[in-house]
Amino acid sequence: MIHRECGVLKTSYEADMAFYPLPIARWTVAVLAVLFFAVIPLALHEYYLSVANLVWIAVIGALGLNILVGYTGQISIGHGAFMSVGAYTAANLATRLDSPWPVNLLAGGLMAAAVGAVVGIPSLRIKGLYLAIATLAGQLIIEWTINHVTFISGGVQASISVPRPRLGSMVLSSQRDMYYFLLVFVVLAIVGTMNLVRSRVGRAFIAIRDQDIAAEIIGIDIFRYKLLAFAVSSFYAGVTGVLYTYFLGIANYEQFQIGVSIDYLAMIIVGGLGSVLGSIFGAIFITLLPIVIRLTMESFGGLFFAPQTVLNLIPNLRLMLFGALIIFFLVVEPDGLNRLWRNIRNYFRIWPFAY
Amino acid sequence: MRRSLIVLLMVVIGSMGALGGASPAAGQEIVIGVQCDRTGATQIVGTVLCPGFHDYIALVNSKGGVEGRKIKALEIDHEYKVPPAVESYERHKKEGAVTMAVYGTPQIYALAAKLTEDRIPGTSPGFGSAAAADGIRYPYIFPIAATYWSQGAAAVDFVKKQMMGGSLKGKKIAFIFYDNPAGREPIEVLEDLATLEGFQLKIFAVPPPGVEMGAQVLDIAQRYRADAVIAHLFGGAPAVSIKEFKRVGYPLNKVVSFVWGSAEANIDAAGGFAAAEGYYTMQFAGVGTDYPVLNEIREMYKKEGKPAPKEMASTVFYNRGVLIAALHVEAIRNALKAKPDGKITGVDTKAGFEKISGFTLGGLVPPLKITPTDHEGGGLVQIWQVKGGKFVKVTEWYSAYTDVVAKHIKAAAAK
Repeated sequence: MIHRECGVLKTSYEADMAFYPLPIARWTVAVLAVLFFAVIPLALHEYYLSVANLVWIAVIGALGLNILVGYTGQISIGHGAFMSVGAYTAANLATRLDSPWPVNLLAGGLMAAAVGAVVGIPSLRIKGLYLAIATLAGQLIIEWTINHVTFISGGVQASISVPRPRLGSMVLSSQRDMYYFLLVFVVLAIVGTMNLVRSRVGRAFIAIRDQDIAAEIIGIDIFRYKLLAFAVSSFYAGVTGVLYTYFLGIANYEQFQIGVSIDYLAMIIVGGLGSVLGSIFGAIFITLLPIVIRLTMESFGGLFFAPQTVLNLIPNLRLMLFGALIIFFLVVEPDGLNRLWRNIRNYFRIWPFAY
Repeated sequence: MRRSLIVLLMVVIGSMGALGGASPAAGQEIVIGVQCDRTGATQIVGTVLCPGFHDYIALVNSKGGVEGRKIKALEIDHEYKVPPAVESYERHKKEGAVTMAVYGTPQIYALAAKLTEDRIPGTSPGFGSAAAADGIRYPYIFPIAATYWSQGAAAVDFVKKQMMGGSLKGKKIAFIFYDNPAGREPIEVLEDLATLEGFQLKIFAVPPPGVEMGAQVLDIAQRYRADAVIAHLFGGAPAVSIKEFKRVGYPLNKVVSFVWGSAEANIDAAGGFAAAEGYYTMQFAGVGTDYPVLNEIREMYKKEGKPAPKEMASTVFYNRGVLIAALHVEAIRNALKAKPDGKITGVDTKAGFEKISGFTLGGLVPPLKITPTDHEGGGLVQIWQVKGGKFVKVTEWYSAYTDVVAKHIKAAAAK
């Protein structure tokens, strides 16, 4: 339609390597920026912003996991545990040393990166399903440690309340404040990931994913890059955990149990492995779909059933529909929502002609 | 590619319809936000407790509402996960809820800060942080039932008076618990009481998901040879514990369970009432079907020409649902009495909760006295026993070692 490449001539390497080579893409990004930074936060009710906030947090976590699983080909079921490492590092710093949130955020990310790199060590020997189980062990060990070491967990309840983040004298407590707070990190995470995957490091990741023996032969230090992938991915997870902590005002390890790791895996698989846009789509899909299904049921379920039956039906039907839709999407497009989107775009690129 | 397009269009239309359908509540209704777990880790509770909640609200509405105003209980099922709980909290807030019935320990932790900032009272009956009994430190959180600390104290008192004949000196008590924050909560109180009463306390952790405890039970029965067992298990674990104790030949009339291992569903899963003969359970709401309010609910269904809901058969959880709903309604009633124009907010219902006193609903609710400082209402429990195919009441409402519990609440508030 309007997404045309004809007439765009590149005369320098910079232009060829540009983030957005087409003017239309730059315009789209500008429009999206206005939409997300001005229109949505000012126009929508706090409730919708709270949903958006949950999506933003998930986006960062999904991007991190996609670097590891989608770009480097190392499966991990320990993402939730790395989040809890970040969350507890930040919470302990915030309550013991009273340190400001930027320090906690960075420290949480770095601590998670360190722990993630350690958990990633088995990846040097084992691959695929075996590695998945090794990271699962990491998840369980970290969960157990936080649950039982009171120095980390801050007492038998294993939860630490943290004060709200401040900007100067302003305390960020409303959903609207948090929306802006989180959006900044989402933008940083997206731009960071996009740049990472087209850099030397990102190309090494992709080489390892596609064929690690070949990658080693062409001179990529597998040891270094595999651990780096785990560290970077865990850094994102740690930041996600810290943001969660600030969003809720509390660090609690029960929010980061194994189910969360599975949820994030689902996000990147449904969204599309090895793509930035796919992580975003997946995070939106998995977070929003249960809510949308429930709202639909609430609106239309009453037409067919008694109110008490609807209440019993909604949660169960929601689970079934949720599962069915995931299967449907994977059957229609196993490469994820990102590929679905690209197909639509390509279709319109030559529209109305069929060739 | 046409197919992809159709899929996308369907999704867009579907979500637009959904967003359009979410209309705010009608003006005069008083809204309560209810969080529920009908499909999650503890659905054994939610599928019975939540219908109890709604039935009581329906009963109140069928009698003309509270002070002439109808009540609308909006329920959202959060699958015992925290992010959906946050989402449902914001949704309820948007719909104008003046009280929230939160469900689940991690969920009440996660929402504690929000409830206080937004000034909406949230209840956490029978779970959650025991420290929230302190109304000064947690002004908008209401346990409204015995916390795990009070339950621990009551259990020790029961063992002392009913099982051991008045003294615990030199006795051995085992505490078997689900190894998560909620499960560990009573330990500090029990340890204190062990020093105070001079008994020996040994703790036995059951790792999640709590279906594997043969080793711990064997240890309690044959190595440690406990004189009594206090059990604090959730979900499917209580049934397993009953079976295991039975298997190793440990008498069940030396076991007293906390409130979440005390329902008909747990006994049924353990092989029925005959198999669990003697098992002591702790309750924060009345058990059984002989309460006037339950008769009224059955009458209400009869008038509509329907049979009483099958959930009523599981009286422990159903009655708890009624109790929680009744306390919310009572808080709203007190708020409306103070503000007859009906424009009540969370601040008014908070004050309404703090005026609850002498409200027993024919014995189903303990005679709680909730005050601005004590949001627990005294920490009253009853002990019931599995006997002859049903639950038989063993004690009246009581609380024990209130000074020890108060000391812990004070220490937690100072943190």
